[in-house]
Amino acid sequence: MINKDLVIIGGGSGGMSAALEAYALGVKDILILEKNDYLGGILNQCIHNGFGLQEFKEELTGPEFMSRFSKAVKEKGIEYRLKSNVYDISKDKVVSYSNEVEGFVKVKAKAIILTTGCYERNAGAIQIPGDRPSGVYTAGQAQLYLNCYGYLVGKRVFILGSGDIGLIMARRMTLEGAKVLGVAELMPYSAGLNRNIVQCLKDFDIPLYLSHTVKQVIGKDGHIEKVVIAKVDEKFNFIEGTDMVFDVDALLLSVGLVPNVDLISKLGLHFSRTRGAIVNQDMETEVEGIFSAGNALHVHDLVDYVVSEAREAAKGAVKYLNGELKNEGHVYDVEASNGIGYVVPQKIYVDEAEDNLIFKFRVRKPYKMINLVIKEGDEVIRKIPKLAIIPSEMEIVKIAKDKFKKSSNKITISVEEK
Amino acid sequence: MTELTCIICPRGCHLTVDENLNVTGNSCPRGEAYAKAELTHPTRTLTSTIKVISSNATRVPCKTSEPLDKDKIFKAMKEINEVVVKAPIRIGDVLIKGVAGSNVNIIATKDID
Amino acid sequence: MPTMIDVTIIGAGIVGSLIARKLSSYDLNILVLDKENDVGNVTSMANSAIVHSGYDPKPGSLKAILNVKGNALYPKMCEELDVSFDQIGSLTVAIYDSQLPTLTDLAERSKQNGVPVKLLSKEEVLAIEPNLSPEVKGALLAPTAGIVNPFTLTVHAMENACDNGVTLHLDEEVISIDKIDDHFKVNTTKGSYETKVVIDAAGVYSDKIHEMVEPIDYKVEPRKGEYMVLDHYGEKLVNHVIFPLPSEKGKGILVTKTTSDNYLVGPSSEFVDDKEDLSTDKLTLDDVRRQATLMVPNIPFNQVIRTFSGLRPTPTTHDFILGTAKCSKNFILASGIESPGLASSPAIADYVVENFVSKVLPLVKKENWNPRVRKHIHPRDLSEEEQAKLVKEHKEYGEIVCNCEKVSLGEILDELSRSVPPKTIKALKKRTRAGFGKCQGGFCQPIVLKLLAEHYHLDMSDILLDKDGSNICRYHTKEDAKND
Repeated sequence: MINKDLVIIGGGSGGMSAALEAYALGVKDILILEKNDYLGGILNQCIHNGFGLQEFKEELTGPEFMSRFSKAVKEKGIEYRLKSNVYDISKDKVVSYSNEVEGFVKVKAKAIILTTGCYERNAGAIQIPGDRPSGVYTAGQAQLYLNCYGYLVGKRVFILGSGDIGLIMARRMTLEGAKVLGVAELMPYSAGLNRNIVQCLKDFDIPLYLSHTVKQVIGKDGHIEKVVIAKVDEKFNFIEGTDMVFDVDALLLSVGLVPNVDLISKLGLHFSRTRGAIVNQDMETEVEGIFSAGNALHVHDLVDYVVSEAREAAKGAVKYLNGELKNEGHVYDVEASNGIGYVVPQKIYVDEAEDNLIFKFRVRKPYKMINLVIKEGDEVIRKIPKLAIIPSEMEIVKIAKDKFKKSSNKITISVEEK
Repeated sequence: MTELTCIICPRGCHLTVDENLNVTGNSCPRGEAYAKAELTHPTRTLTSTIKVISSNATRVPCKTSEPLDKDKIFKAMKEINEVVVKAPIRIGDVLIKGVAGSNVNIIATKDID
Repeated sequence: MPTMIDVTIIGAGIVGSLIARKLSSYDLNILVLDKENDVGNVTSMANSAIVHSGYDPKPGSLKAILNVKGNALYPKMCEELDVSFDQIGSLTVAIYDSQLPTLTDLAERSKQNGVPVKLLSKEEVLAIEPNLSPEVKGALLAPTAGIVNPFTLTVHAMENACDNGVTLHLDEEVISIDKIDDHFKVNTTKGSYETKVVIDAAGVYSDKIHEMVEPIDYKVEPRKGEYMVLDHYGEKLVNHVIFPLPSEKGKGILVTKTTSDNYLVGPSSEFVDDKEDLSTDKLTLDDVRRQATLMVPNIPFNQVIRTFSGLRPTPTTHDFILGTAKCSKNFILASGIESPGLASSPAIADYVVENFVSKVLPLVKKENWNPRVRKHIHPRDLSEEEQAKLVKEHKEYGEIVCNCEKVSLGEILDELSRSVPPKTIKALKKRTRAGFGKCQGGFCQPIVLKLLAEHYHLDMSDILLDKDGSNICRYHTKEDAKND
């Protein structure tokens, strides 16, 4: 068995930035395991721009953004393995992986960071009614075929779900010669960022149908021919007389992303409301020395925040390796309360935290003119007024840890409507 | 009066611009600049791919070196679709000079060996 | 093919495949025709994957006799064909006190059918199935019931038949059949074949095939069943196949684990007009959920990774149609094979060969008949030492293509080298499980697509997901690109 100080599972932007941060903090014995035959993960196919405004103060495309990290990883000589699939990890931090070159390998790690990213919800998960023809793809699949191989999956396209990948693909397919007939969103508001609504839909006069979803897929001869879209009421029941029929040769789904947590399941750990692991202030999971960050933990809106969170996890891992992370002293459970979908982290050992406590969360629905309220027990620690807040954007709140009085073991975050 | 959603950053401020190009609803000066530009001279960064001859890839991703006039986007796409380039290619290499009769170049956004 | 074929089997589902396999042990030349581009693509692919014990069919019926016989043939057959089979037993549960007498009746019927069963009290049931509803009043345990992988069963049966000399023509639909003296001419979309014997194993279309040679007085009606598949997840939901009490609509909505450690909930039961109708609808699936929840209250429906529907070829005669046409003993019927067809299929093959083929053709055993398929290697199931040894010799087993189901490149290349190789993404998925997991091919589909294109020396745009016209990479971009 090989020994490593730090094994990072997933060589996307999260994994690479965690590796670079740990390296900068003095941990050099690192191994990154990546399942694809390239580093950078999903950013390789995200050829659109909009990445890096936080991280580099400039606007980059996905491949440009990730190449800055992959070049640094290579320059520093940080060890990585491609086409290497981790099929098991254990609580005593043995990582089992395999690849074509080395075969089946076991690595005993002192610390592990899981940056395994997320996967797209698909037709199976959302149970689209109707025929079951080909021609129904996730937006990410269509994106890979288009951007990396040069194929359009269709020329008359409808998109279900207004997630960012779907919006980006509406523009990409339009530019490459397809007709995008519309985007339907089940909720009364978009799941994607505003600027994507403007740049990807409005620029090309692509209609966005809010409170609409697919009522029926039609494709008798094996391939999709039509989709029937209809409006839904507040309880998501179809409203009669609102059917619209579109002749299509492809239906793309952009209906959400789910953290990829197979390895967390193998450890028998609990899941948070994000469907990722439960972590503390240092992004450490319920197993000491195993950390998680990025979209494997909760789906982020911007890759820049994936990078910063992965760095937090790397800092935590280095602290752990230095024996400074003991999960001792006063502890808080952090809870998402009224109007808040989830909060990361779910646990805070406040004595071991850095100067600021960082809370990341999303609201359940759009609000206007509200206060975000952070409480310790019943006592309000901070009220943050917000003119507008939407679920498609992740909120990050930093509060100096000395504002918390250790008078309770519970921190809650909620929306207070005025 | 024109209503716009600011696209400079992910915040997406709702901007209102009056006849005299006075902007309200912005949270920062960049929003005001965006609204004025959007009404007088809208531009967009265009990203796409170009056919490449390489044993590792069939497409190289590319972008405009700076934002391009919005009304030249489809003309630029036509030119992008007609070009074939040869590997090796480095990020930033100019693949098309002065696309769609503009001063804007199309540059590679990925290294292809 | 020779100018005169001995046996032409129409339909490469589980019944056609097992008949072909059985006949391949004799000195005969055999052709199998199927309109689909893969074997087992219709009813054999979309069903409950249950090898029923046989307590339920009407005593004395072909269904009763052949189900019990077929069930007994499964362990050996699956061992020979390298197919996952697990005799987990079934529990038919009574939820209301009023159902208890029916349970006793079923136990009596089991005795007549020769199926070992045991009546369990509420306490006994809950002791072995803690996730059943506390409302359960009792159950009938049938220990011989099992679960099987129906995809690989059909594929491996046909592969074994082909390894033993059978010719398989996929993508070839039978259009008409001419009776010429004592033999037949089978006309397809691709050619014509003269054959001494025709076996109609065409599933939902078996009545249409039979009608090609004579008027018939029955119909095979498609009866649709809709299902939900749950992902593998940490906890155990059920240990047995859980049935409600059977009704006139069939065995009802069951909850079972599968050989791949998924859970299956379904099927609904509804006659449909269209023999190609595989649609699913929300109301039906809501009803499936509701009925399943009566037996197993806490099914984690958030783990559903796929819904699908299958078509039962339900004959208006209410029993399997096994016999010969009125016009000729050389036209053999294996028709209307609905549930318990999968369980009965090995016995149906024996029955058809012994009772009908043997009457019209001399059956001479081949000396070199091999009942086994080449063993499949699944690195995920091997010990560490075995894995190390395997990868030393075959590196491709170290590379994982499908992350969710841990399918290696080696397994995919192995399938491509076999005698019934996968041509489509779905065919490969049926054989290897690549794309069967929670991401439903989101990540591995492009890799698999590329592998297929490379293997068959085709462009990616030529690779099909499933049926004709289901190309994924439909259009090239940059077609105007000039190389200068």
